[in-house]
Amino acid sequence: MAEQSMPNQSLNQSSQRSLKRSNEPVFWALFGAGGVVAAFLLPAVILITGLAAPLGIPSPELFSYERASAFASSWAGALFLFIVISLSLWHGLHRVYHSSHELGIHRGPLLSVIRLVCYGTALGGTVLSAYWLIAAL
Amino acid sequence: MATRRPYMRPMAGWWRRNPFYLFYMLRESTAVFVTLYALQLLYGVYTLTVGQAAFEAWLARLQHPVYIVFHALALAAALLHAFTWFNVAPKAMPALYLGTRRVSDRTVVRVQFVIFFVVSAIMLGVALGG
Repeated sequence: MAEQSMPNQSLNQSSQRSLKRSNEPVFWALFGAGGVVAAFLLPAVILITGLAAPLGIPSPELFSYERASAFASSWAGALFLFIVISLSLWHGLHRVYHSSHELGIHRGPLLSVIRLVCYGTALGGTVLSAYWLIAAL
Repeated sequence: MATRRPYMRPMAGWWRRNPFYLFYMLRESTAVFVTLYALQLLYGVYTLTVGQAAFEAWLARLQHPVYIVFHALALAAALLHAFTWFNVAPKAMPALYLGTRRVSDRTVVRVQFVIFFVVSAIMLGVALGG
């Protein structure tokens, strides 16, 4: 009925287009969940795997293959790693994608490529981390 | 109409013009480090599935100064992200009530910092305590 009362065809089309359901809430939810995970967990996790482990502080034995794989192949450890990796990717890449607007890329094929690479990497990282962690269980 | 060329204010480098915008872009750039670190950790998980030699080669590569500097920057970025995230949380979430009294924004921010320190201490204790 609303469509019939609309006199202008192009206006009608554009209003229909704007009513198309957006998928943004899904990505925003993953961004938000990832933001919480990155804020509460990442500083300590980076300190452990990025600085303490390679430098062998407080002792190199703590970062042996046996201990790391025991952690990753435990149910809780695998879930922890999956959440940290996948949600950090969804958080970080959503933010990177939306930064293209700030850097002057507002529309067009380049933006589509950036979107595909960002969300594709997040999805790929999620699938791969699940696959490798389940394989190690 | 085809020759109409309205004036458009140049926007290139807009975020370098004002300290507030500069800090905004610095905050957004933490996402680059979050992403790169997550990919790096994902690769570490992959080496665990390959075997001991691959895992030890990965750990040895992380000793390179480039990786140490990267992880130091990633740690700083994660801390900046945490600080800004806790501070905007009261603005992004629905109001909390204890009974009939509204929990103040300042309390919400402080409680998150307390949780952050407790959770971080537990993780560091478990991982580095042996």
